[in-house]
Amino acid sequence: MIPPSFEYFQPSTIPEAIALLEEYGDEAKILSGGQSLIPMLKLRLARPAYLIDINRIAGLSYIKEDGGFLKIGGLTREGELEASPLIAAKYPIILDTTRVIADPQVRNLATVGGNLAHGDPANDHPATMLALGAQIVATGPRGARTIRIEDFFLSLFSTALEPGEILTEIRIPIPPPRSGGSYFKLERKVGDFATAAVAAQVTVDDKGAVQNVGVGLTNVGPKPLKAGKAEALLRGKKVDAALLPQAAQLAADEAQPSSDLRGPAEYKKALVKELAKRALSRALERARS
Amino acid sequence: MAKKQMVRVRVNGRERQAEVEPRLLLVHFIREVLQLTGTHIGCDTSHCGACTVLLNGKTVKSCTVFAVQADGGELFTVEGLIKDGQLHPLQEGFKEEHGLQCGFCTPGMLMSCFSLLEHNPNPSEEDIRWGISGNLCRCTGYQNIVRAVQFAAGKLSHEKKAQGALK
Repeated sequence: MIPPSFEYFQPSTIPEAIALLEEYGDEAKILSGGQSLIPMLKLRLARPAYLIDINRIAGLSYIKEDGGFLKIGGLTREGELEASPLIAAKYPIILDTTRVIADPQVRNLATVGGNLAHGDPANDHPATMLALGAQIVATGPRGARTIRIEDFFLSLFSTALEPGEILTEIRIPIPPPRSGGSYFKLERKVGDFATAAVAAQVTVDDKGAVQNVGVGLTNVGPKPLKAGKAEALLRGKKVDAALLPQAAQLAADEAQPSSDLRGPAEYKKALVKELAKRALSRALERARS
Repeated sequence: MAKKQMVRVRVNGRERQAEVEPRLLLVHFIREVLQLTGTHIGCDTSHCGACTVLLNGKTVKSCTVFAVQADGGELFTVEGLIKDGQLHPLQEGFKEEHGLQCGFCTPGMLMSCFSLLEHNPNPSEEDIRWGISGNLCRCTGYQNIVRAVQFAAGKLSHEKKAQGALK
């Protein structure tokens, strides 16, 4: 399949890229890892007249803890997250997530920033970032601003990024001691989007009660969802064998799946319940160890 | 038509260059411009992995990268595996262990396995299956591919030891 013709730019700085975005507006598209955009171009689902390739901009790829946050550069590849000792040691929820995205070759190019900025509710990082309470740094003509992840996803393929803005960083508050998280995804085969997936992040207090909790849902609605009712039920309580299925049921109630090739809506709701149970149990286990 | 851009790449150790349209996919560049047809086009939708090559040392699906993105970079394709007329231990492994039937997935499979062994010279069966999870094979059921990679890992570690002994 041959993509439609476009003009191609390789800016080497962020201001240059932003100037191009401003000049070409709606007709321009940012090329990051390209693993969603290029297939869309080949299928002619997207036809931008201008592609602005940000891959040659230095300094957009990093994973570091700084000023109370884990900071991930917008251009950081999934493969880099997967190989990062810091992620493996302290952010198992992110490692869980990145390992089930597509396949090794795709992860070598695909970027975390792109996974979020694409605004696809079937992508995996959005739910995880919702669970982690992340912030998005968007850099535009008037400088950088941060957007709460809860305010970032507007609707299908639509985010709070303004036309002239680039997602340059993801910030995750460094979890306090006794925190843990996990991501559980059911996919029909490697490389498929989730039939459903659940991200859970918890912090427990010294008595083992839930101090803070985040639950995110993948591909069960028009946008990535935060299971706020499930979170509210768990907050302040000790999670036992009775409470866990109740919270999981609330998460399933909050899911808004539609029936498609991956299964009927009822099945997906039941799946969210099971995945929520597993994700919360693993998260609690990790928080306590 | 968008204006053409010069792409300069080092392919299997040789400098090559050509002017291409920005929309030209890397796999078409490799097959049609560089005339290296060992890299296959399978699904053309970044699922099957038949078009896998190494770009700057990392496996990519060349149907989902533009040639212009490779400018200034290094490409390694299946044609680069053979050395002085000698099959690479992986190629030998695929031959000895019957790691292919129709052979269509083999070039991409070899490149993923090459990259796997570079990072992990002594992979477990699970590591191998994980390493080839982006490559589809419709003939072998993967069993013999796993054996082929084990064969190659054994041979490469043996060669390394022999080289060590010589030093």
